[in-house]
Amino acid sequence: MASGVKPRVKVPKTAAAGDKITIKTLISHKMESGQRKDKEGNIIPRSIINRFTCDFNGENVIDVTLEPAISTNPYLEFEAVVPEAGEFKFTWYDDDGSVYDEAKKIAIG
Amino acid sequence: MRKLTGAVLATLLATTGAIADPVDDTLIVNEEMELVVRTAAPEHISEALDEVMSGWLFRGTETRAMQADDFDNPGMIFAEQARDVWNTAEGTEGKSCASCHDDIESMSGVKGTYPKWNETAGEVRTLQMQMNDCRTNRMGADAWKYDKGDAINMEAALASVARGTLVNVAIDGPAQSTWEQGKDLYYTRTGQLELSCANCHEDNYGNMIRADHLSQGQINGFPVYRLKNTKLNGSHSRFKGCVRDTRAETYSPGSAEFVALELYVASRGNGLSVEGPSIRN
Repeated sequence: MASGVKPRVKVPKTAAAGDKITIKTLISHKMESGQRKDKEGNIIPRSIINRFTCDFNGENVIDVTLEPAISTNPYLEFEAVVPEAGEFKFTWYDDDGSVYDEAKKIAIG
Repeated sequence: MRKLTGAVLATLLATTGAIADPVDDTLIVNEEMELVVRTAAPEHISEALDEVMSGWLFRGTETRAMQADDFDNPGMIFAEQARDVWNTAEGTEGKSCASCHDDIESMSGVKGTYPKWNETAGEVRTLQMQMNDCRTNRMGADAWKYDKGDAINMEAALASVARGTLVNVAIDGPAQSTWEQGKDLYYTRTGQLELSCANCHEDNYGNMIRADHLSQGQINGFPVYRLKNTKLNGSHSRFKGCVRDTRAETYSPGSAEFVALELYVASRGNGLSVEGPSIRN
């Protein structure tokens, strides 16, 4: 398992109904591409986050496929419309099968 | 035609001048904490400068914005890693930093006062030297390498909790001789290019040195996350880079010379906010 993996998310605590908000996400991950070689000339096995999803109250907001060329600590920023109070769920999928979760509540106000 | 060229050239020069000046901007971190990035120069350098300015004012709009939000600041990733180390017991004594110092937030008054005279050791110590003293004498752990990995991360973590406090290093009393040594180094020309720190950072701040915008060389923002090498950089490593650029043999990070220089350069920023981990190019 990749070490030092830590997801971070920034979502406003409140929004007006129907508002478009900006969500920022970052996961610390080495994103080893699988193209590099170590000192002995052996290929360093690929180890990346290959998929990221965000759901709001069970409905999908964004579903991203990440490729090996994406650099260390992938940062994703996107917009979402908030129709009602609820919870954003964020999920990162690692090559090694690990799944990292994070959730943030948002209120209408 | 010649007249026209002259007019165009004059406009160009005027424009270049305007770009090169430090910007007029305020640094508000996370929309809540305003930091001092410009203030009256401390008395001991008032002959040389009227006003001291953080290097933040000399960077581009995007770089400045990146530092204004902890989420966008890549230096905070390293500071967060150090927070985990803070609570991890290491060495033969089974102690962590937290065993003696509790919560890292309680150390907010520390960063701005270093480098600082240590009475027991009879020397001026930087924060990293003090951390290693704790590690070897109190924890029974190995010393960290200067300006590397865990050491620079921990300095960044201690800087991050000290934001909002001001740089205020003592230059009198027992620290004075070290401070004088640092001052001598600051004004000593080195290398084939025969440049001292002052030639660029006192005489020419605000001007362009080829593509780079010269700042006052303040170190209130250290450790610095540099976009060019995507990691944290310590002030000693920066000194080394500067001295190297004058085409001289350099001192090493952690050397007595750089400790003295750090004390002197830090004292030139007395009154500015602790800003680290800051973002520079």
